[in-house]
Amino acid sequence: MDASSVVAPPPSGRNPGRSLHRFANPGRFLRLSGVVLPWLAATGAALTALGLIWGLFYAPADWQQGDAVRIMYVHVPAAWLASAGYLGLAICSVLSLVWRHPLADLAAVEIGPVGAAFTALCLLTGSIWGKPMWGAWWVWDARLTSVLVLFFLYLGHIALVRAFDNPERGYRSGAILALIGVVNLPIIKFSVDWWNTLHQPDTITLTGAPTMYVGMLWPLLFSALGYTLVFAAIVAARTRAAVMERRIRTLLMMRAEETAA
Amino acid sequence: MTHLPYIVAAYVLGVLIPGSFAVAAFARMRAAARRLAAVDPRANPGSSPGPETGARRR
Repeated sequence: MDASSVVAPPPSGRNPGRSLHRFANPGRFLRLSGVVLPWLAATGAALTALGLIWGLFYAPADWQQGDAVRIMYVHVPAAWLASAGYLGLAICSVLSLVWRHPLADLAAVEIGPVGAAFTALCLLTGSIWGKPMWGAWWVWDARLTSVLVLFFLYLGHIALVRAFDNPERGYRSGAILALIGVVNLPIIKFSVDWWNTLHQPDTITLTGAPTMYVGMLWPLLFSALGYTLVFAAIVAARTRAAVMERRIRTLLMMRAEETAA
Repeated sequence: MTHLPYIVAAYVLGVLIPGSFAVAAFARMRAAARRLAAVDPRANPGSSPGPETGARRR
């Protein structure tokens, strides 16, 4: 009998919860991630390098900001991934709370630090960009403040999932915090529209044509796609490690019980 | 190039932060695979999940 059949629930084509269980099987995840991860990491690194080199040396300078606009090729992907990472955290939380997927808890725990790192990168590069443009490292602008709140939400989630002796309680509490924090995502998105902010409004939207010069847009898209793949590769590698670590713990406990018996 | 120190600082952070997380993640993954192979010689992290990988049933 295939070992994966031991952990996978019986196949069912009708029950969506059970179908999702099938895809959340840790064995399948290990197999799939083992194949995809090297390609994901290599493609992400290559696209990020291409986007950054293009943005740094070949994209035009801005007529107002000069070459400082090149910070955009790091800052904007980091900002996008700060929000997208939190959305991923929230989706894992829903999967954990509603369907109790075995992988969702582990993935949520592993997304937290990576999302916090990219949010910190967004805040730091924004601050570095703000100093020459606004004359200040930090202003209590609606966009900046809401992203800072997002950073604290990430830190809260990281602390909460590790705060309990029983990991299951930590996962549940972290999932609830993550879902409460989702309210911050539209605030970040629309903060530049709802309030008069120093931060510029969005230049790339899903519904309209970008207002950015195409010579700047392409390196930004390459950089954003590259960073996104790198983010996904880091999370996949951490989740893969977490699955194996959990398996090691369980095996050692089973052996200890057998020895005691 | 104008604002060079700011640009260099941003790019250094943009490479170092994701890079350090990537290196740490892959090192942790390799260490976990080695430990798993030591604990369970039959285990192949890419193919055999075993009964203890944490699947919960309702």
